[in-house]
Amino acid sequence: MKTPFLKAVLSIVRKDVQIELRSRELVSSMGLFALLSILIFSFALELDRSARQEAISGVLWVTVVFASILGLNRSLAMERDQGNLDAMLLAPIDRVAIFFGKLAGNLVFALVVGLLLLPIMTILYNQNLLQPWLLVVLLLGTFGFATVGTLLAMMTVQTRARESLLPIVMMPVALPVLLAAVRASTNILTETPIADWIAWPQILVVVDIIYLVACYLLFEYVIEE
Amino acid sequence: MTLNSELETRNFLIETRALVKAYGLLPVLRKLDLGITRGEFVALLGPNGSGKSTLLRLLAGLSKPTAGQILIGGWTLPDEAAAVRAQIGMVSHKVLLYENLSARENLRFFARLYNLPPAGVDARLAELLEQVGLSRRAADPVRTFSRGMQQRLSIARALLHNPDILLLDEPYTGLDVDASSVLDGLLRDAHAGGRTILMTTHQLDSAAALAGRVVILSRGGIGYDAPTAGLDGARLSAIYTETTSMVSAR
Amino acid sequence: MTAVQDASALPTQQAETGSRPRLLVALTIITPLAVLVGLYMALFNARTDIDQGDVQRIFYIHMPAFIGAFVALGGTVIGGIQYLRTRQVKWDTLALAGVEVGIALALVNLVTGMVWARPIWNTWWTWDPRLTSEAIMVLTYAAYIMLRQGIENPEQRRRFAAVYGILAFITVIITLVITRIRPDTIHPVVIGPSVQTDMAQGAFEVAATSGVRTALMVNMPVWAVLVPITLMWYRIRLENFNQHIQALKMKALS
Repeated sequence: MKTPFLKAVLSIVRKDVQIELRSRELVSSMGLFALLSILIFSFALELDRSARQEAISGVLWVTVVFASILGLNRSLAMERDQGNLDAMLLAPIDRVAIFFGKLAGNLVFALVVGLLLLPIMTILYNQNLLQPWLLVVLLLGTFGFATVGTLLAMMTVQTRARESLLPIVMMPVALPVLLAAVRASTNILTETPIADWIAWPQILVVVDIIYLVACYLLFEYVIEE
Repeated sequence: MTLNSELETRNFLIETRALVKAYGLLPVLRKLDLGITRGEFVALLGPNGSGKSTLLRLLAGLSKPTAGQILIGGWTLPDEAAAVRAQIGMVSHKVLLYENLSARENLRFFARLYNLPPAGVDARLAELLEQVGLSRRAADPVRTFSRGMQQRLSIARALLHNPDILLLDEPYTGLDVDASSVLDGLLRDAHAGGRTILMTTHQLDSAAALAGRVVILSRGGIGYDAPTAGLDGARLSAIYTETTSMVSAR
Repeated sequence: MTAVQDASALPTQQAETGSRPRLLVALTIITPLAVLVGLYMALFNARTDIDQGDVQRIFYIHMPAFIGAFVALGGTVIGGIQYLRTRQVKWDTLALAGVEVGIALALVNLVTGMVWARPIWNTWWTWDPRLTSEAIMVLTYAAYIMLRQGIENPEQRRRFAAVYGILAFITVIITLVITRIRPDTIHPVVIGPSVQTDMAQGAFEVAATSGVRTALMVNMPVWAVLVPITLMWYRIRLENFNQHIQALKMKALS
């Protein structure tokens, strides 16, 4: 009777990717924003060689967070505006599948933007960001943002203030992810011995798991009426 | 409850018992008792804010009742919602479609969500698109469609999984005369196919012509409930005015 | 219409709108007195700190106020969880009261900290990890109030507020533990083990000066328990009155 959980999740992800391939709305607006943000930071902070090493991971992560917020708002507003959320709620699926489906889609788009940023920043800031550990941290960090972001964006698109509310409610809650991700990246980029910073990716994994469980438990309360 | 009435209630496909829905302290439905038997076509009328849409959302499992019971096909809501949802198709005044996907892609997505067997999906989609007259536009994105075409596709989406029950929330909103008559035809076909239909509308003529029974909601309860036999649009309009003005005069 | 009178079917709550219960009357008298006693212990009874002088006395209010905020915001988490489970309005009222009292006590904590930091750190404010995380914590709960105001439907407002109130507590926990996980903070850790004795500026030993322990023992329960509970109780009563009036309005209109 019920659609299998994994099938429901995958069909939602597939639908989101299909829409994105058709319209390229999310990745293009997120990507353009990210590019502009990098340029603005490099002018605003007047980064010289030594300052760059210190500031670069901060620039990377602030850019990733804001680009994610941009994408999350669009992705969930799309479900809300045409009433498509209702259409998914009408289907005989486990409703948490909607959360995992949207989470996976948002994660993929944020990762695409993050992966584009690394080579661009490597060139513009003349520092090698294409390191395996940095990719791991990028994955863990964007996962954390996408998890809380999907839950909170589902809430904020249903409110009156809509788009403007998401950064306000999301930034503080995403702080632990940001903190750990920035610490880890700075250490990776300054080539500190691994034993000194391995705790940060570990903390990131723990925080990601806590958020995933909390958001999984809370999601049903955000979509019911 | 006597044994007799117990047996009687079992004949209802859709039944609400003392159904209450309140938003905060504002009650929208006040102890509503409504029974609909299999195969009926019921038009649900009433002024804005009388609780028509709320009732439909409750029956579709999109909203939880504040108090009271909903029984659909022997299942109770919201506890057995997933089982009930597979039997319900809903058309809302929002089209519930992805405008960047084509007509066929939209239907295919919902076919996956409803877990239709993949083997028969292509044939089923072709059949539905033919039925709603969109075969030639099946590959075009929905955002290029007119309101009437979107609404037809929306009905195809609701019929996709062959539901027993069709809930329609003001399907005539924004449709021109031609599109309305196409919709009339689709609804007649759906009803002739044995489906139970509950439709809210402001179009009294369509209600009198299509439905077998009219229910007028006023102030969160049932103000009028009778078969449409012998009713035309003008007569129904008089009854509607009488039922609803009785309330506003208070 | 009879359906309106049948209130049992509607989501009403037993609004506590009568005269004040005896315990609240007692708290109303005891709490201000206890605050005064606490101030006496802090300002006169405890000996002056050798290094910092009189300004160290701020600590007796500073830290207990944060614990008070922690208690109030913990009340928000409990209220949120219980609301989602039971859907009783009283739990949401508890959560709201917790947030407002929590913000007030966090501000007491921040302002006293700033007054202390001016002579000790030679600045009102510094972008230290703990100061920053507490500022963000206060802003989170400001966002909680904004979120509430952005939602028309009261049932939805309570539900979303419960979800956010639970998640927002993460920032409280961060503020609490950040001096242990970020070694570059200059904020002193007075109670419990610390990893950063050399970086912290303005630490002191609780056992070093006579009267410090006593003053802390008195002020801690006052600010951590009596003040938040009394304030929240009044806030809950206010909200109940408010809802009672709303209910009467609805009745008059329908």
